[in-house]
Amino acid sequence: MTAALDLLATIGRFVLGACQATGQLTLFALAGLSHIVRPPFYPRAFGRAMLEIGYLSLPVVALTAVFTGMVLALQSSTGLSRFSADSAIASLVVLSVTRELGPVLGALMVAGRVGAAMAAEIGTMRVTDQIDALTTLQTNPMKYLVAPRLLAGLIALPLLVLVADILGVLGGFIIATLKLNFSAATYLNNTINFVQADDVISGLAKAAVFGFLISLMGCYHGYNSKGGAQGVGAATTAAVVTASVLILAFDYVLTELFFAR
Amino acid sequence: MSAFQQNPATGTMTPKIRIRGLSKSFGAKLVLDGVDLDVAPGTSMVVIGGSGSGKSVLLKCVLGLIEPDAGTIEIDGKNLLAMDRSDREATRAHIGMLFQNGALFDSLPVWENVAFGLLAQKLVTRDEAKDRAIGVLGQVGLAGSVGDLWPAELSGGMQKRVALARAIAAQPDILFFDEPTTGLDPIMGAVIDGLIVDCVKRLGSTAVAITHDMISAARIGDQAAMIHKGKIVWQGPAKSLMTSGNDMVDQFTHGRREGPIQMELRK
Repeated sequence: MTAALDLLATIGRFVLGACQATGQLTLFALAGLSHIVRPPFYPRAFGRAMLEIGYLSLPVVALTAVFTGMVLALQSSTGLSRFSADSAIASLVVLSVTRELGPVLGALMVAGRVGAAMAAEIGTMRVTDQIDALTTLQTNPMKYLVAPRLLAGLIALPLLVLVADILGVLGGFIIATLKLNFSAATYLNNTINFVQADDVISGLAKAAVFGFLISLMGCYHGYNSKGGAQGVGAATTAAVVTASVLILAFDYVLTELFFAR
Repeated sequence: MSAFQQNPATGTMTPKIRIRGLSKSFGAKLVLDGVDLDVAPGTSMVVIGGSGSGKSVLLKCVLGLIEPDAGTIEIDGKNLLAMDRSDREATRAHIGMLFQNGALFDSLPVWENVAFGLLAQKLVTRDEAKDRAIGVLGQVGLAGSVGDLWPAELSGGMQKRVALARAIAAQPDILFFDEPTTGLDPIMGAVIDGLIVDCVKRLGSTAVAITHDMISAARIGDQAAMIHKGKIVWQGPAKSLMTSGNDMVDQFTHGRREGPIQMELRK
């Protein structure tokens, strides 16, 4: 009987803790969003965040996209050739890249790179009193640290994913023409004829949501980090893990929203 | 000089900072237990006390970094906690703070750290802010060229000077110093204390410093108070700290193990 009660208490504590964490995160996100649209604005902080999330993530996202397109073309060739459907490679690559792999893999790479850096930077600011110092200098830390990063995440990731879409298709094109002996014109025609605006737009919309989630997790865990170096390390890990899980979970929800019939 | 400013409306004397019944708990732990403290205009008050006695929490409550559970904090006779947000922020704009470890912004060069408050309040353009920052750096004994360095490139003493420059850049009415000499060698500690005294005198500010460095307390303070277990247990002239006649102050200032203050050791 006591063991059952203990188990029940443990489950209860877990559920209450999860509810509390969700509530805190939601309030944090709403506060961050409200500061995006309320002055004063910090264009320099926004520019720095755009540079960090967008420009400096470009190489890693580009490489991921190119290799993903290449592997996709190669793998689909192996599978589709069994049904004599090799001509569908172009359409399969472009659909997979624009709808799914571009946004999801791009976001996961950015989560690892930027989410961790964001949590580490803001976490270090927290444990070294820099966030308190901002407050004493008449600067709202949510406005100066969080809002510009959330906005940059919303804008930069779709731009990155647009580049990733193009490079992913290019990766497939390289393999199809150089290794699978497709004619360049046929492959490009198949790609252009098959892809629709909705495919690209849905991917970019996903990317905006993923970008917001990456920034939110980086800022939230960094802002609430406690203790010294260990606390900052834990915040960094939590930022990457939660952002990655949320990206995959929201990917399903958004796919259901865009494409479910 | 009178310890307090006369309020022309009421004829009563108004301290620059008046704290009454300030309490703050973190969970079951009572950190501030009804603190009463007056700081007269233009004086330097030093608050001493052991680690965990509530000194930093007291300072953070006045700065608005922590919301107290009960009590009042008056600046120039106006209760900070009863003000609306914009009035509270306007009042706090006249307070400068030197943090224990400097708390300089790593991502900004030194001059931008110093001018951060001026830029945040949009008091000056960036060019003017840089000129002002270099001027203030000169007041704390640093060359203008330091302005273009990054905080990570500075020694501990230089970081403290830059942090002091940041605290005084907007010429605040009130200055707070949290352990200003912690982590510095005795000579650099004396230099920082000297700069603090000079800055406070030049600006005509009211200063509150928290420290457990008795030499620093004697150099900075006109008045002193001791906090223990969240209560002010003694208040008097800083020069009488070593001869206060109070058992707790006596034990603390002379660093004796035996006495009314029992250190709690974690098992």
